Amino acid sequence: MSAPAAQFKADAKRMAADLRHRATIQTAMGKYEVVRDQRKRWFQDWEGARTLAARTKYEAVNGLDAHLTRFTQQLEARGTKVHWASTSAQACVIILDILKAKNAKVVVKSKSMTSEEIHLNGALERAGVEVVESDLGEFIVQLRGEPPYHLVFPAMHLTRDEIKDVFEKKLHDAPSNDPEELTMVARRQLRKKYIQADVGITGANYAIAETGMISITENEGNARLTAALPKTMITLLGIEKVLPRYEDLALFLPMLAVMGTGQALTCYNTMYGGPRQADEADGPEEFHVVLLDNRRTLVLADVEQRDALGCIRCGACLNVCPVYRNVGGHTYGTVYGGPIGSVITPHLRDLQDWKHLSYASSLCGACTETCPVGIDIHHHLLRNRRNASAPKTGKPSWTQRQLFKIYGAIAARPRLWKLTTKLGRFAQVFHGPVKGGVLDPMRAWTKTRDLPPLARQSFREWWKEQGAHE
Amino acid sequence: MTVTLFVPCFVDLLFPQVAISAVRLFERLGHRVVVPEGPACCGQPAFNTGYWGNECRDLPLQVMQTLREAEAIVVLSGSCSAMMKVFYQELFTKTEHAALTREFAPKVWEFSSFLVNKLGVTDVGARFPHKVTFHDGCHGLRELHNKRPPRELLAKVQGLELVEMGAAEICCGFGGTFSVKFPAISTAMAEVKCASALDTQAEYVVSCDSSCLMQIQGLADRQRKPIKTLHLAEVLAQT
Repeated sequence: MSAPAAQFKADAKRMAADLRHRATIQTAMGKYEVVRDQRKRWFQDWEGARTLAARTKYEAVNGLDAHLTRFTQQLEARGTKVHWASTSAQACVIILDILKAKNAKVVVKSKSMTSEEIHLNGALERAGVEVVESDLGEFIVQLRGEPPYHLVFPAMHLTRDEIKDVFEKKLHDAPSNDPEELTMVARRQLRKKYIQADVGITGANYAIAETGMISITENEGNARLTAALPKTMITLLGIEKVLPRYEDLALFLPMLAVMGTGQALTCYNTMYGGPRQADEADGPEEFHVVLLDNRRTLVLADVEQRDALGCIRCGACLNVCPVYRNVGGHTYGTVYGGPIGSVITPHLRDLQDWKHLSYASSLCGACTETCPVGIDIHHHLLRNRRNASAPKTGKPSWTQRQLFKIYGAIAARPRLWKLTTKLGRFAQVFHGPVKGGVLDPMRAWTKTRDLPPLARQSFREWWKEQGAHE
Repeated sequence: MTVTLFVPCFVDLLFPQVAISAVRLFERLGHRVVVPEGPACCGQPAFNTGYWGNECRDLPLQVMQTLREAEAIVVLSGSCSAMMKVFYQELFTKTEHAALTREFAPKVWEFSSFLVNKLGVTDVGARFPHKVTFHDGCHGLRELHNKRPPRELLAKVQGLELVEMGAAEICCGFGGTFSVKFPAISTAMAEVKCASALDTQAEYVVSCDSSCLMQIQGLADRQRKPIKTLHLAEVLAQT
């Protein structure tokens, strides 16, 4: 078992038994489902919208080279500096070099999962740069020294008391556990940082090829301040964020809002097309866009799973996933948690180390059913399992293979099946005394659940006996 | 019509009364039932574990060869139906057997869908004066889109009151080998399911999948929760 698999198993066991945590998440997700469904009904034809979104994303991803060229040429024409990073490490070096050139000491960041992916905060801190997350949820988990719990709701696992506690400990400022008052504390802290910051770093929700613009969606206005106040702005994004046309946003902005948070639209939707132009009143003096591959091109090369690049990080699949809802976001040990994370992490990192996430699913398909861009999520989990177990692409387990061979041989032959049924009934007599204990070979089931006994007469035996039928 | 019944391995061994009920029901409706001697399993365990080589393909091939002449194959499990109808095609894609899987798929019917969509029957003359709630097995629901057939059948059962549970479409946590590879997660999922079923105060949880019911009943019995489970065929066989 790989180290991440061992960690996942241990954490999943602990979290699945944490009833308070389970209740918190189930309640939050229950509320989300209600508002999500209300807003979905505002669409004239939700299924039609999903099909169109899937098609648009597929068009974007299939023509990635052309779209990215168009996107960057227009950004550059307005004075943006575009950087290409093949790996996480390269992306960090590019950003650190910009900070060095600007002699930056303080950086504010708006929410960006891609920056989590390249572990940017750690790299900046090691270089002696103070980095402050400006999204409230991210601000809170940063204070706690935790990674975000969820793609969209980084601090959803915390109670208001836990937030008050960390404010008290780290900021020495927590008048009460009232959300509004706590928000005002964060706001006071953040306003100072926006003004001090030399550089603002943002992520991106979409990159519009047609106009060469970055689209950022947010609810707190923190991304706008991050982009507008510091003299230098850096936007980090994965190459798959591209959309072909400006008008595609008419679908993708409401879709992201509905599935992400159950809103009709998020409060602030802003387009960034470059540094401040001569005739503009505000904006950064310098604008850098860092485009990250980090093995996304490997997903692109995988014809079966290419649609996974269409993910808009709305988190909808996490919200409906019964596994996620019981083990929580930190258990995965990945940047991208939940079903979509289980699909892409083996591609972005390593299949053998991360295949366990594809097995940690009942393949129920709730993720695929909800995905607004129609990614075939749960079937990709199945395909990851196949790739991990096939001789050519993975490492099949000799034992499992033999067991399936033996089982297949028995199940295919009625006489052997009959014999095994009888043997099973005999063996079952000895199961009673060890049931549920350490000696029980079926302990994984019997520790928490009863197991029905083998029937005294199987159906096939009964059918034989009813010879009259034949 | 001649109904060719495919009885999945666990129904054969653990829940024979489900298949016996189905036989009696079809005979009551005037159909002839045949159960050809052949494989006892659709091959899903190996497939879902990712073993798609010969260790997995032999069973599906023999299933298809044994049953290919059948007029209609009725499978007493949404999950196994999905395997035979949907996933055989994926398993044998780009192989010499691809054509066989395409020819085979339309003959495969999940039990409730067969009654409603093929035979056009919703009232099978059953009587079951109890309050029940229905659990959607995930494969039946999302691979085969069988949301309505079981409910249409239950609606016509005399004396039966159907109370939907909030978590009807949420997975029970069985998931085949998942239930023993990740028993803690699987058990937590079953707890969520059982709690929702209990909220309805129904006497029975009914489903088209005995595997889900084994999970639900297994947990309920261990935790002494007053839940009884029945396969849809068992309900419809009652008069």
